[in-house]
Amino acid sequence: MKIGYRNMKRLKHQSTVAACYILAVIFFFPIFWMVLTSFKTELQAISVPPLFFFEPTLENFSIVQERSDYFKYATNSIITSFGATIFALIIAVPSAYSMAFFPGRFTKDILLWMLSTKMLPAVGVLMPVYLLADSAGLLDTKTVLIIIFAMMNLPIIMWLLFSYFKEIPNEILEASRMDGCSTMDELRHIVLPLSWGGIASAALLCIVLCWNEAFWAINLTAGDAGTLTALIASYSSPEGLFWSKLSAASTLACAPIVIFGWFCQKQLVQGLTFGAVK
Amino acid sequence: MKVSYTKALQAPSIILLLLWMIVPLSMTLYFSFMRYNLLYPERTGFTGSLNYDFFLTDPALFDAVLNTLTLVGSIITISVVLGMGIALLLQEAFRGRGIVRVMLISPFFIMPTVNALIWKNMFMNPVYGLFAFVSGLFGWPIIDWLSDLPLLSIIIMLSWQWTPFALLIFMTSLQSMDKEQIEAAEIEGASFWSKFYYLTLPHLLRAIAVVIMIQAIFHLSIFAEIFVTTGGGPGYDSTNTTFLIFTQALLQFDVGVASAGGVFAIIIANIIAFFLIKTVAQGMAK
Repeated sequence: MKIGYRNMKRLKHQSTVAACYILAVIFFFPIFWMVLTSFKTELQAISVPPLFFFEPTLENFSIVQERSDYFKYATNSIITSFGATIFALIIAVPSAYSMAFFPGRFTKDILLWMLSTKMLPAVGVLMPVYLLADSAGLLDTKTVLIIIFAMMNLPIIMWLLFSYFKEIPNEILEASRMDGCSTMDELRHIVLPLSWGGIASAALLCIVLCWNEAFWAINLTAGDAGTLTALIASYSSPEGLFWSKLSAASTLACAPIVIFGWFCQKQLVQGLTFGAVK
Repeated sequence: MKVSYTKALQAPSIILLLLWMIVPLSMTLYFSFMRYNLLYPERTGFTGSLNYDFFLTDPALFDAVLNTLTLVGSIITISVVLGMGIALLLQEAFRGRGIVRVMLISPFFIMPTVNALIWKNMFMNPVYGLFAFVSGLFGWPIIDWLSDLPLLSIIIMLSWQWTPFALLIFMTSLQSMDKEQIEAAEIEGASFWSKFYYLTLPHLLRAIAVVIMIQAIFHLSIFAEIFVTTGGGPGYDSTNTTFLIFTQALLQFDVGVASAGGVFAIIIANIIAFFLIKTVAQGMAK
């Protein structure tokens, strides 16, 4: 049998599309399965063979809320991730602006050094930070998480903003200076509006990273300031055998950020590549 | 006048990061030479290199370093290769591509702890897990993933999470590729591999560098996945340096030894960072 060029091409197209769909199903399946399990009873959750069709129940979600006050943890997550992001942006925007438009002799070295602080493994400084937080009376508070999250992400935000500001053509700024704009006016009326997309994507990335941060959240908080990552970790051992409750808690913990991520995936890509990948 | 103003704008970020780096680092250095165990607060004083001797002769240390390098190396390799492959497939236009894309990217937004729990319970459990069920269907031997193959299990979890990240970056990078060049190569009858090698790969080089660097930063200190699933075990089979120091610091309350370990981890990270930042960040700073 002879396959013509056109048939060959169509076959190639169809198999590519099929491969894409299969891969998407494989990658998404664990999330789908988690959500499905959260609507099962405990017995259905561990049934062999696994159940795909069953009568869904909302019981798990109400039990999770009853037992551990989901909304408190969710509020903590929202406050710490948004608070840290805003804090980091307030520090980073003016710095990145002045580095991008008035670079000094050491600007590039400073930026590289900033990135290198990201290489400091958190565990290497766990004890000092723990003791400092303890002596400042900040253990198990949202303040300490906001400070740490902001410092962790500051280098990445600086890099992002720097590269976005760099893309603004210098002529525009020179024109505005001729017209007698002050530095603050320039930042407010020209630089910020032009790089709004870049700032938004830096913020999004920072929020996602803070939301999912586990190391500091687990080690520095207990009941009061625990974020959703700490909530899930606390569920893992005592409730480890109760899969459907655990799945309900996990679904609740991840849903906000996953949906947030779906809406923002385009901006996120720009952010993650440091604006370097066109 | 102008110069001092710009300096004032830069100062907060530089000072804060400097504090964030210097204060804990110097405290870690200081503790690493002191006798300091939270369980025995009365024993204090300078111990010289005793903490380092203790940490460096820990029989688990070699395993931990090896595990760390295995984790970093294999997760990066898997996610870059898979991510690039999928990104190339997704260049084909078809109906439903948007949904396929969202489904493929979703694992990146899942919390590390949740990621670990999903796999631990619902897939790798030897009795009720889906893997055991599928093995049973085909009559394959049933594997207790977390105790038989702990490191591989963790590699699977993290690759599932980070392949979408690599994919995300490669997809955007591919969008800016010159379509006419590819068409010209196709008309000339270039094979898939030569198109890939001479056109696609060079275009993706910078994106690959970004993916490797960001992932290396995160994978050098994998913590949540190990904490929630294997707890470093069985034995030290899935303990990485982060987890080893964590057990020293918080489970044995030995601040001195944990600090020595911290200094060690910082040195390792900086050796790797030195090469990465040199090659990658210099390019990105342009």
